[in-house]
Amino acid sequence: MNASAWLLVLLQALLFLLGAPLLVAWVKRVKARLQNRRGPALSQPYRDLYKLFGKETLVAHTASGVFRAAPYIVFASTLLACTIVPLLAARLPAAAVADVIVLVGFLALGRFFLALAGMDVGTAFGGMGSSREMLVSALAEPAMLLAVFTLAMTAHSTNLASVVDHQLASGLILRPSYLFALMGLVLVAVAETGRIPVDNPATHLELTMIHEAMILEYSGRHLALMEWAAQLKLMLYGVLIVNVFLPWGIATRITPAALGLGLAAVAGKLLLLGVLLAVAETGLAKMRLFRAPQFLNFALLLALLGLLSHVILETGA
Amino acid sequence: MSRFDWLSEYLARLQDEHVLVRRGSATRLAPAHALEIDAEDWGRAGQEAAAFGCRWAGLWADQHGDLFSVFCLLEYGGDYLILCTDTAVATPLLPSHTPYYPAADRLERHLQDMFGIAFGDHPDTRRWTRHQAWPEGRYPLRDDFPVTGDAPRETPPDEEYPFPRAQGAGVYEIPVGPVHAGIIEPGHFRFQAVGEEVLKLEERLGYVHKGIEKIAVGRDPRALARLAGRVSGDSTVAHAWAACQAMERAAGIEPPPRAQALRALLAERERVANHMGDIGAICNDVGFAFALYQFSRLRELWQRRSSELFGHRFMMDVVIPGGVTADLPREAAARLREDHRALRAELRALYDILEDHPSLEDRLLTSGRLTQDTARRLGCLGYVGKASGQGFDVRQASPYPPYDRLPVAVPVFEEGDVAARMRVRMEEILAALDFLDRLLETLPGGDIGCDMPAPEAGAEGIGFVEGWRGEIVTYVRFAGAGQVARFFPRDPSWFNWPALERIVLGNIVPDFPVCNKSVNGSYSGHDL
Repeated sequence: MNASAWLLVLLQALLFLLGAPLLVAWVKRVKARLQNRRGPALSQPYRDLYKLFGKETLVAHTASGVFRAAPYIVFASTLLACTIVPLLAARLPAAAVADVIVLVGFLALGRFFLALAGMDVGTAFGGMGSSREMLVSALAEPAMLLAVFTLAMTAHSTNLASVVDHQLASGLILRPSYLFALMGLVLVAVAETGRIPVDNPATHLELTMIHEAMILEYSGRHLALMEWAAQLKLMLYGVLIVNVFLPWGIATRITPAALGLGLAAVAGKLLLLGVLLAVAETGLAKMRLFRAPQFLNFALLLALLGLLSHVILETGA
Repeated sequence: MSRFDWLSEYLARLQDEHVLVRRGSATRLAPAHALEIDAEDWGRAGQEAAAFGCRWAGLWADQHGDLFSVFCLLEYGGDYLILCTDTAVATPLLPSHTPYYPAADRLERHLQDMFGIAFGDHPDTRRWTRHQAWPEGRYPLRDDFPVTGDAPRETPPDEEYPFPRAQGAGVYEIPVGPVHAGIIEPGHFRFQAVGEEVLKLEERLGYVHKGIEKIAVGRDPRALARLAGRVSGDSTVAHAWAACQAMERAAGIEPPPRAQALRALLAERERVANHMGDIGAICNDVGFAFALYQFSRLRELWQRRSSELFGHRFMMDVVIPGGVTADLPREAAARLREDHRALRAELRALYDILEDHPSLEDRLLTSGRLTQDTARRLGCLGYVGKASGQGFDVRQASPYPPYDRLPVAVPVFEEGDVAARMRVRMEEILAALDFLDRLLETLPGGDIGCDMPAPEAGAEGIGFVEGWRGEIVTYVRFAGAGQVARFFPRDPSWFNWPALERIVLGNIVPDFPVCNKSVNGSYSGHDL
């Protein structure tokens, strides 16, 4: 069991790597359709990554080692975070050794280095991006922890596999705590992955950027890794939302048929989530920056309500 | 109200101040009234004009042998008044108008850079237009400077421009540009900010200085119209029209009515196209891409029709001295009216969305406020002025044909925020469509042009046209043989760029792009 399970972890990581650009392309495509445009082909992000990996990597002469190391650290930590999230199957050995707190930790590590890299070269835009990223994440992280703690309290475990198992075992029950936690997590995901209304992934205006401002100085393979890491993060949050809150379809036994069904289920759910994201991004303008804390406070409040409603309504039974 | 009924009162005030008016002429630069005064009275005449409530609307100079003639354009109640004076080339010195008119700041510095005319008591002695392109003592618009130019092969970097700095805990500086990420023109913006709040913004323009005023020298009227159409590419019709109006007045001719009507048709088409582009761009700058694509689509369809009818998407080089190059075919009028009907229907649907979109409202309302008082003191024009209570519009205040027989509605708002500047554009599109419909119904027959006789040496003329950005003023003087001796196009951006510095104060740094887009000054039209 062990060897094949670890193989599955590798397979999952591979699927994350390959699927993340596709998810981004899908959201772009749906958005383009909603705006009466044809939009780029679904293969475009792959071609972009291929192009960037083949390009010369320029580094500012004021850059320190942090700037050079950051793309690898950001990419690696995001990928490691991805291995913890159940994509196809619930019972993963990786999930057993690393729980959801480690997941948040990996993301925090990546963000820490991303922000450092933004400030490292010393341009005004990078520093601005880093300070804004910190403003957003200082509120997003606790909200995300609260949301997953709500799940953990129900499942009596911070292990994501156990949470999924518990979800599957208890069947489709409408829990207020889950609803609140889900809403909180969706808001956090929007902020953390730099989507409208918090950040605009399509803008060219340096003064308005958050995520893009930090990676403005990157080029070549460094930029490719940063871009890929951002795509992974979007998929990670997507999978977290669809597989932890609506885990039906996920493989509970490691057989080809079950895994195939798991793949089809998660792909379908992600595509649907992508459509929802595209619709929201088309219908909303970006918020003023000083509204972002309010937006995340709201996420925090929702997650807290989830936790409270769990304690009040769902314990003691 | 009869024209110039206020002038006698202003003249009386000048007399009280012992300003000697050497000569007044209602014909020399008609429709403006010219007053010749002494150089030492220049400042007092400006001060009195400010006290009287005139709008300061432009400044240019011209060289006649060893004298510089300097012209200052003022406007009151739709009447134009031009103060003229002479100053010796050897010791060119004039009192500054900037203490009374903040709007005069950059044009006076431009004159100082180009002619070497010093303005005493000007609060800012830094170079404005010419950066470091020419050494001290070389002034490109003087007669002894060759039209072919003698700029060094490599312009030294413009590094000695002292930007005032804000100091204090947490204050930091953000340099932006001159090269930007979008497909826009170059210009430098220096922000001083605390956290995300803008304490101060200073613009540094002049990066697209093309020497337009100099290369105009020696051209014939047709070639000057071509050049004028390239002062600012998005206002090609309006600038060409203003230049042609000036040249036609210098030559003493009036184009046939059909030509005038067709020019208005082109100018209004230009207005509609640019306003649609701007509305989409403003929405896109707050992350609402839906509007950008919808308005881009409408503008593209509109421009394709222009291309089909007039051979160019921007309708470049259609306005020529004496008339226009392209006639409107008989059956095209019906097609255009159908276009207008379809566009109105589309706009109605889009306006409904824009006006009733909370997240868009949240970004645009109260962002980038320009108070009415500041707008008045800066002489803001076009949609920037009209959004802040300054309703001046040449088409209404000083109508030229065909606007004299077909009045056009001018929307004015008082809020002065980004939303109001967008609102003015939305209303102006609708007003332009109504105007175009009425124009097409009453389109006069006849020729679309007339011959323009070569203006005699020394003939001057001035043109006033309401472009889509606002009032455009063009001064032209001819030398012998129908050759241009002096050409000065004053784009409205001269007075709208300074407004941007005030607009962003107290706003947050990430709101600058949308504030900038709502002003959308022309770099090219300003840098000349």
